[in-house]
Amino acid sequence: MSIVNQSAVNRREFLEIAGAGLLIVATAPWSDAQRGGGAGTLETRLHIGEDGFITVLSGKIEEGQGALTELAMAAAEELRVPLDRVRMVMGDTDQTPADGGTAGSGTTPRTAPLVRRAAATARDLLLASAGRQFGQQSPLGANVRLEVIDGAVQYAGKKYGYADLAHSPELAAAYKEALPANITVTPAKDWQLLGKPQVRLDIRELVTGAHRFPSDIVRPGMLYGCVLRAPSYGATLGGVDLSEAQKMPGVTAVQDGDFVACSAPTTFAARKALAAISATAQWKTVEQPSSDELFGYLKQHAKPQERPQAQGRGSVEKGLAESRTRLKASYQVPYVQHAPMEPRAAVAEWQDGRLTVWTGTSNPASVRQQLAETLGVAQDRVRVLVPHFGGGFGGKHTGEAATEAARLAREAGHPVAVRWTRAEEFMWAYFRPAALIEVEAGLDAGNAISAWDFTNYNSGAAALDTPYRIPNTRARFVASDPPLRQSSYRVLAATANNFAREAFTDELAEAAGKDPLEFRLSHLDNERMRNVLNAAAQRFGWVERRKKRRPGTGIGLACGTEKNSVVAACCEVEVDRVSGAPRLIEVVQAFECGAILNPANLRSQVEGAIMMGVGPALREEILFQDGKLTNARFATYRVPRFRDLPKLDVILLDRKDLESAGAGETPIIVIAPAIANAVFHATGKPVHTMPIRASG
Amino acid sequence: MATIRLSVNGKTRSVDTEPERPLLEVLREDLGLTGTKYGCGEGQCGSCTVLLDGAPAVSCVTTVRAAEGRKIVTIEGLAEGGTLHPVQQAFLDEGAVQCGYCTPGMVLRTVALLQTYPKPTDAQIVDGLNGNLCRCSDYHRIMAAVQRAAAGAGKKG
Repeated sequence: MSIVNQSAVNRREFLEIAGAGLLIVATAPWSDAQRGGGAGTLETRLHIGEDGFITVLSGKIEEGQGALTELAMAAAEELRVPLDRVRMVMGDTDQTPADGGTAGSGTTPRTAPLVRRAAATARDLLLASAGRQFGQQSPLGANVRLEVIDGAVQYAGKKYGYADLAHSPELAAAYKEALPANITVTPAKDWQLLGKPQVRLDIRELVTGAHRFPSDIVRPGMLYGCVLRAPSYGATLGGVDLSEAQKMPGVTAVQDGDFVACSAPTTFAARKALAAISATAQWKTVEQPSSDELFGYLKQHAKPQERPQAQGRGSVEKGLAESRTRLKASYQVPYVQHAPMEPRAAVAEWQDGRLTVWTGTSNPASVRQQLAETLGVAQDRVRVLVPHFGGGFGGKHTGEAATEAARLAREAGHPVAVRWTRAEEFMWAYFRPAALIEVEAGLDAGNAISAWDFTNYNSGAAALDTPYRIPNTRARFVASDPPLRQSSYRVLAATANNFAREAFTDELAEAAGKDPLEFRLSHLDNERMRNVLNAAAQRFGWVERRKKRRPGTGIGLACGTEKNSVVAACCEVEVDRVSGAPRLIEVVQAFECGAILNPANLRSQVEGAIMMGVGPALREEILFQDGKLTNARFATYRVPRFRDLPKLDVILLDRKDLESAGAGETPIIVIAPAIANAVFHATGKPVHTMPIRASG
Repeated sequence: MATIRLSVNGKTRSVDTEPERPLLEVLREDLGLTGTKYGCGEGQCGSCTVLLDGAPAVSCVTTVRAAEGRKIVTIEGLAEGGTLHPVQQAFLDEGAVQCGYCTPGMVLRTVALLQTYPKPTDAQIVDGLNGNLCRCSDYHRIMAAVQRAAAGAGKKG
């Protein structure tokens, strides 16, 4: 396996990397139709080189979630080649099929099958081509069954491999045709490579510091750019004077409406120039809401529903009216920031009216479109390359730095790098939406949930419905007019919706006089959810530990499902008597996402998701006032650190009989409610807000 | 502007620069050593960790002047030839990398930690690495990598 370094790949270099072969005969970039990300033709997906190496192309990007290794494994499995014979080219709008952007845990269920089908097609071609070769001298016996082993077919002392296939006219013809619809991929039970732990293939470049992240890209003559930012949200520029900055050596300063920026030979010089510009800037500010009034604001600004967005069964009104016990609660989840370790970064280079941009985004195709529109050039004159970048978590679907770099580079006549500071990343990247969630439910005479009415204001509809068996339900998402710029975050609103539902479920269990595990199982038909719940509870020792009670500590559990995967966690917390702050002592989490493709990577994803989820559960909360953030620093916005690491036990259930589902998101959804329920257990007082505090 | 002489990864490098520039920026922009990362610019995340005379330092809040005359080791200076440093090897073997942006800082911090505590307790690892953030939050696996590196060092010793 080798990683194609995309920092400097053009089409000719791609040929050199991928090796000569029959694919790269076209000189024009592939058409948009070919880039569509459907099954497509073989040539959009695979290149078989004369050296026998296979290059796999995908518009998906790598940001630490393990897509590169997974797709390489998927290809190698079907090709029957060792993993080191597969090369990956990803996230390059000139080379790769778009594959629909990297989001929504889609690589595993949607892209890996496309790669497998293309690879299986190539393997079948190899078999057929080999059969014809071997059959030319003497017909193959009726009972001869050819097989691809280690990238080659052997018969009667002769060998025919992918390097031979690369020369064949059969391959040239097959490249152009749509992938056969009836191609069979290897069933999970027969996998040799998939399903076994594989350390990520690009890890050596990462531990040596050799990998060039988007913020490490350097081009000849490159300058460093800085952008003038408003002091507060909604502020508009009244006037600014660029003249002082323009006198500084090597500085180019530009103004285009509210876009004011400069470039210089070093970041230090660019910052100095920006400071000179900033000192002259006059801003008109407008009144902005503050985080103190956030949840009232979201409800006041709720938008009338254009179409009824309700999922439901039975009649909630009737169910509530007939219930024996009625409970209601309101839950609050504040804004949080993704804060990936690598802030937004891009390098833009213009050459003969063509624009090339290296940037960290999960949507290279849409960033390309955005660049073309903003810069007024045709899309086919814009190329976006996405080197493996430093984390996104749903926070890098956009291309702000790319556009800024492109505007500056055109003005400066040099390539320009724009690398956001941490302060910029906190304030100007979009946030995970805040949520206000209102729930009301009723218990019938048998203490089963008979009615469930759930409304999410502002944050979204992911995992909105309840997985529990309830005869009368209604679940609504009501959009609001958000005070901050908000968009995707790992698993979207599923975290907020699971927090509210699972915390409230414990209140209902308490009212019903039932153990939370028993109460859930009595409402749960989903076999997969029952399995993870039982697996986590058993490993944790739920039944025995719930009976014992240690002062100041509590145990809690939660479960959920999203993106066709299921998850459950049990945890223990200790509550600080003075501050009410919970400390997480232990987590056992069980996760199941169908047939596991790479258990090593899956374990990392699950462990990482749990720990990332601990942040908003215990501390993370964006505070803002007068259009400014008041805690936009790692010193004050406390993300999880080593000291937050609990005793952690992850159980992965492998279901080889089920389709593989994505796993980068769902494992985050149960940690907050499990902690909330443990605090409820410790204090006897239910939890209604994140970050979680024991109420006094 | 001043001419500053730096000792980086065993070599003497001479740089003409404003002496108050962050060492991080000079390493990355003047010397092309981009393995050292910017993460926060205020010494809160550890992405920019280098070794200064063997001790970990956050290069984003260290001026280049303050680094003059001291031995600087960056992530590029750890492997010898094609052989990874044992700590790098432990991170690789354990698969303790997701996006990898924090990895150079984590590795260097671990190298320093194991110099102080060749056989660290878990509490010493947690305290030693608490200044380094990983937003992929792969702390459990990094912990295992540090333990693996320590176990390997123990065997050799």
